[in-house]
Amino acid sequence: MASTKYDIKTAVDQRYKHGFVTDIEADTIQPGLSEDIVRLISAKKSEPAFMLDWRLRAFRHWTTMKEPVWAHVRVAPINYQDIIYYSAPKSQDDRPKSLDEVDPKLLETYEKLGIPLHERAALAGVAVDAVFDSVSVATTFKDKLAEAGVIFCPFSDAVRDHPDLIQQYLGTVVPYTDNYYAALNSAVFSDGSFVFIPKGVRCPMELSTYFRINARNTGQFERTLIIAEEASNVSYLEGCTAPMRDENQLHAAVVELIALDNAKIKYSTVQNWYPGDEHGRGGIYNFVTKRGDCRGVSSKISWTQVETGSAITWKYPSCVLRGDNSVGEFYSVALTNNYQQADTGTKMIHIGKNTRSTIISKGISAGHGQNSYRGLVKVLKGADGARNYTQCDSLLIGDKCGAHTFPYMEVTNPTAIVEHEASTSKISEDQLFYCLQRGISREDAVSLIVNGFCKAVFKELPMEFAVEAGRLMSVSLEGAVG
Amino acid sequence: MLSIKDLHVSVAGKPIVNGIDLEIKAGEVHAIMGPNGSGKSTLAHVLAGRSGYEVTRGTVTYMGKDLLALSPDERAHEGVFLAFQYPVEIPGVNNIYMLKAGLNAIRRHHGEEELDAVDFLSLVREKMKIVDMDESLMSRSVNEGFSGGEKKRNEIFQMAVLEPRLAVLDETDSGLDIDALKIVAGGVNKLRNKDRAIILVTHYQRLLDYIVPDKVHVLAHGRIQRTGDKSLALELEKHGYGWIESKAGAA
Ligand SMILES: Nc1ncnc2c1ncn2[C@@H]1O[C@H](COP(=O)(O)OP(=O)(O)OP(=O)(O)O)[C@@H](O)[C@H]1O
Ligand SMILES: [Mg+2]
Repeated sequence: MASTKYDIKTAVDQRYKHGFVTDIEADTIQPGLSEDIVRLISAKKSEPAFMLDWRLRAFRHWTTMKEPVWAHVRVAPINYQDIIYYSAPKSQDDRPKSLDEVDPKLLETYEKLGIPLHERAALAGVAVDAVFDSVSVATTFKDKLAEAGVIFCPFSDAVRDHPDLIQQYLGTVVPYTDNYYAALNSAVFSDGSFVFIPKGVRCPMELSTYFRINARNTGQFERTLIIAEEASNVSYLEGCTAPMRDENQLHAAVVELIALDNAKIKYSTVQNWYPGDEHGRGGIYNFVTKRGDCRGVSSKISWTQVETGSAITWKYPSCVLRGDNSVGEFYSVALTNNYQQADTGTKMIHIGKNTRSTIISKGISAGHGQNSYRGLVKVLKGADGARNYTQCDSLLIGDKCGAHTFPYMEVTNPTAIVEHEASTSKISEDQLFYCLQRGISREDAVSLIVNGFCKAVFKELPMEFAVEAGRLMSVSLEGAVG
Repeated sequence: MLSIKDLHVSVAGKPIVNGIDLEIKAGEVHAIMGPNGSGKSTLAHVLAGRSGYEVTRGTVTYMGKDLLALSPDERAHEGVFLAFQYPVEIPGVNNIYMLKAGLNAIRRHHGEEELDAVDFLSLVREKMKIVDMDESLMSRSVNEGFSGGEKKRNEIFQMAVLEPRLAVLDETDSGLDIDALKIVAGGVNKLRNKDRAIILVTHYQRLLDYIVPDKVHVLAHGRIQRTGDKSLALELEKHGYGWIESKAGAA
């Protein structure tokens, strides 16, 4: 969530600008990255030795790696020594006391998104107890979850309270050697979510970062780990429906999902980090590694993402279909407007027998936006009867934007059936005129048509998210049509 | 209600409409007939404000306003409705959802309260009866996979919901089977009233047996060549357009 992240750079800039150095009660360390910094982060979080050890190994590995250059995006150089890797959450005293103290522009956006008033306050970082009784909401949640044996807590708490689970599962889906940003995250991750659903339990409610109050203090290197034991079932919503107002800032998260026999995990994301302005200044670099491991037989992992924010999005939520009869799904809407760039897609790795995967990707490019679908369907030798269906549609609005498709297929089992369909279209003047003729404004018509284009993905979202996603599309498309 | 004076329209630099004059009063139904390519749809599109048509001369006054100065959605708000000759498909957009968006935009324009889902649905149910519309078409995407006849029926259904002041029906009869033609024509007749003007573009005098027009105009070469009553359509049926053309040539 936007203001829920450490506004490190802004905070620092402002401190220099206004000379507030001593006034701000923030526990911030100096910029830069070294073994000492990694040790310092771990110490500040009072982590057990195994955690520090893992961070250090990740850091050492990271120093041997190079930034990936294969994505179809242009990235301004990032100086990793300029970044501050640890800043303690602002204390309640530093936060705005009421909505009156919050930037009205931010509130306006929330309003457009239809976020209820009390949630707007939480998103804007207003001190919770000053505004509404969310603490009791959170408590009701906690009680209900605890009753079911579900663990849902900040990652740091899990390291402290459930070290054996962390040790057993951390890095088993995305090892720190996986890629540059995953290694970086592993070395310096600030916080994130931990979810554990015990055997046979159907999680009694959708788990949402909205309601986990401490999520607001999650940093730019967050880490999420979800474990679904045998025959359990969970739906997790990651809502980032607030724009950030920072300059180019790196957001390098890692999400690992593990589904054991017959378990089901549904992971939905609505990402709307600050995309930069209409000239392409500022915005988040969203470099995220998300992967799910269908470790057990007949397990299922389903990713649904709606990506409308960030200056650059680089993410490929993937499924490793290890268990026989396991199922992987990827439903994606990625929208790029103005100068936004997205290189996103998925990897479906078929290892087990009769594994099935479905990929539905909808890319929308407007303004000068560049939108790439990059996907890999890999069927290993032993994956008899594997099936994949991929559908990849691009919609162009205007003629300065671009859509690109990079589908890769590696099939080494002759019994596999892999299907791929792709289309590129433009919003037709006929469709627009039809809507206008019925009284609908041009802007509403575009968002209506775009929402229609995304329908196959939106219907995978939990109800309230689907509504929000629809509104988000409209907001994100503002200015896309003349 | 509608006054077209000396209207000239070019498409892609090519003159298509070459001086149309037309006066339509509230409550009237005017039929426009004419050979393929004579400019009937062009006229309909110009009235609805479609881009790509250049008005090179003339004026169109609607309810005392300069119609050509309004954007297409503003015209819709002011009560101009076009039943398309070729209704477009919009995948993924629910048929009645789009209609609700349109109706509520029009209501907002008139300072009326928007209809909520419940009220809108009961309105839809009632209006569906006018053209005997199949309920299953409601929940589908706009025109997607509709048969030719279903698309035309959907247009008149939309007209029934939006209640325009001026409706231009561009070949709504083509593609309808005999029974559907009767039903749709019956629907249009139900929508006739003293405040509403209707322009019927058609090739078939048969339609005019069901919807009896106040006037019939014959368009050729982008001009109205003849105006008369229903009997003109019958004559036309007998002699074909060549008859008009030769008269036009002679004039
Ligand atoms: N975009 C365009 N570019 C070039 N010519 C056009 C364009 N649109 C229409 N025309 C031409 O304008 C003329 C009139 O077309 P219009 O569609 O108005 O005819 P119509 O009277 O409706 O014919 P029909 O009975 O076949 O529907 C035709 O010759 C057509 O080819
Ligand atoms: Mg025509």
